[in-house]
Amino acid sequence: MKRELPLFVTAVVGLFMILSFFVPHQLVSVPADFLQQSAVIVVAFGIVLGGANLLRVNLEAVVKRQPDWPYRLVLIAGLLATVVIGLIEGRDFQALGTRSTWIYDQIYAPMSSAMFALLAFFIASAAFRAFRVRTVEAGLLALAAFLVMLGRVPIGNAITGWLPSGLRLGAVSEWILRVPQNAANRAILIGAALGVMATGLRVILGIERSYLSGEE
Amino acid sequence: MSVYLSHDPGVWIAAALTLFIFSFLYKDNPLYKFAEHLFVGVSAGYYLVLSFWSVLVANLWDPLTSALGGAHGSPLAARLGDYRAFLLIPALLGLLLFSRFLPRLAWLSRWSLAVIIGVYAGLKTTGFAQGDFVAQVQGSIQPLWTASWATTVSAWIFTVGLLTTLVFFYFSREHKGALGVASRAGMYFLMVSFGAGYGYTVMSRISLLIGRLQFLLHTWLGVR
Amino acid sequence: MSALDRLARLDRRWIFLVTGLLVLIPLLWPLNLPLTPAPPVRAYHDAIASVPPGSHVLVSADFDPAARPELEPMLRTTLRQLLQRRCKVVVVVLYQGGPLLVDQIVRDVAAAQGAVYGRDLVNLGFKAGNEAVMVLMGQSIPNTFPRDQSGADVRTLPVMRDVRNYSSFRLLVSIATGYPGTKEYVQQVQGRFHIPIVAGVTAVTAPTMYPYLQSGQLRGLLGGMAGAAEYERLMNERGAASRGMDAQSLAHVFVALCIVLGNLAQRARARREEG
Repeated sequence: MKRELPLFVTAVVGLFMILSFFVPHQLVSVPADFLQQSAVIVVAFGIVLGGANLLRVNLEAVVKRQPDWPYRLVLIAGLLATVVIGLIEGRDFQALGTRSTWIYDQIYAPMSSAMFALLAFFIASAAFRAFRVRTVEAGLLALAAFLVMLGRVPIGNAITGWLPSGLRLGAVSEWILRVPQNAANRAILIGAALGVMATGLRVILGIERSYLSGEE
Repeated sequence: MSVYLSHDPGVWIAAALTLFIFSFLYKDNPLYKFAEHLFVGVSAGYYLVLSFWSVLVANLWDPLTSALGGAHGSPLAARLGDYRAFLLIPALLGLLLFSRFLPRLAWLSRWSLAVIIGVYAGLKTTGFAQGDFVAQVQGSIQPLWTASWATTVSAWIFTVGLLTTLVFFYFSREHKGALGVASRAGMYFLMVSFGAGYGYTVMSRISLLIGRLQFLLHTWLGVR
Repeated sequence: MSALDRLARLDRRWIFLVTGLLVLIPLLWPLNLPLTPAPPVRAYHDAIASVPPGSHVLVSADFDPAARPELEPMLRTTLRQLLQRRCKVVVVVLYQGGPLLVDQIVRDVAAAQGAVYGRDLVNLGFKAGNEAVMVLMGQSIPNTFPRDQSGADVRTLPVMRDVRNYSSFRLLVSIATGYPGTKEYVQQVQGRFHIPIVAGVTAVTAPTMYPYLQSGQLRGLLGGMAGAAEYERLMNERGAASRGMDAQSLAHVFVALCIVLGNLAQRARARREEG
């Protein structure tokens, strides 16, 4: 019963959500709206749970003096400082001039941007070391990549400006995106949609149970 | 060209953390590790505080305390958007998630997961069915003969590409004969699609570097 | 050892250095290469230009600092175009890392355009819950967002007086980096509530949005920094995106060159090992 009852709840809730797409009557729409509000609230609890779990795992690592424990101490200090300051500052923690806003502007935002900016260097390096054209398929991929990479930036039209407008790199790359690329992507969308619909129904009908972890 | 260094200590801290992270390009080092761990801690803390104030307080605590205090009538007189005492149900489900910390009681969290999974499975199923299946099939039906030869050729290439790529993903029969030829054509269209995706990915990654360098040059160093 | 052999053994840090220099130099000495707006960008601009003045427009700004170089210029230019057309703008944020960043941009553009917060535009802030929030907004936006970003009761704000749900808006603008974002709005909102949608997305996501553009589920599309720069061009502005396109051009040429040289070097090495 520890597994069967939650599965039954999933089935009822899932079927109700599907029904709400087709039936606008308030007997369906009000409970569906309540279920969605509930899901939003439970997800928020889940985020708090995730933060608490991160704290627990790193505290354990520090106590057991694992090899990188000083860095984990930095992680814990950052987490606790941000949470404590945010809770003390109250509902207006995101207002101009607060310490939370300062942490966001000068610590979170720059580091988030810098972490992702590293990818620019790695993509150039990977293009040199790993992008190998050995087959017809790889050649097609490389050709499409060249045309789109150069066509979507101003230099593409600058170097092909002498051609008729329909043959310049900008127009060619736009055609590639609108026709062959679009066709393949649409086929992927349709195929993926069938997969998601099948998986969604499997979850709702209790055939797929992997989300209920544990043996009981 | 002139340089006006920023006087804001926060900008200097942001610039230092940016350079600590870029130092990884030379090799892994303690400054990078420090910045990386600080980033993980601060992000997790920020998301936690945000969820607390914007959802748990605004959408749960405030309406619940107002309803139980009898501010606007009976706590059980719920209507669309105003669920009053019924909000105790998601509150309880949310608290049950924390039972995962106690192995003997962890099974209680399945009730919370059941509601989340049920809601999102239902939303995703209808969303994908409508947005990614019905609308996409509808959009694929286009005239194959038009006044412009360029549009006609493009329409044929599009239709052939769509059908052959769908055939490529059909695995219930071996790809031999006509099916094999169609499947191979579909693979070529997929390669063009991946190449276009690669080109755009390069653009995206370079944009991120441009953004960081614009900050270092214009905000930190004040280069004009 | 030939030049190609030396190239095959090249330390990747030299590639990092050249990449950095090719992006840095045009930021200091711009080339001012001309921009040609693509059809999806024109469609985005025209969709906003066709919204009657005084109408309500919903802007969902769902990105964090990591996507800032691509999406911040799009949001700024969009808000400027909407405010110049005297549209009433309602901003929401469904992406966790974004609320503060979006609020700064909204207040910045509002101040520059002389718009009055609460009368001409409002930022309702962030709500966790992804698609569930999108569907909840279809029932009632004031119930989903009872308070704005600064904590004020939304029902007291003039701009929210006539706002109930999606039917109160002429257009939905989705500027998004990932999940939740444009795809979820198309699936959950466009299909159910039939509101016209235009989108600004990162370059990584842009190719996957073309099926929605072609089927009419999206009326216009900005893809990455190039899309943002072309939109600025249509608005006769030269913002951060336009200034970054020269660096983008040189970097793209370099990456294309890396693919060619990498293959030539590898082929030379393979021939030498066979010989």
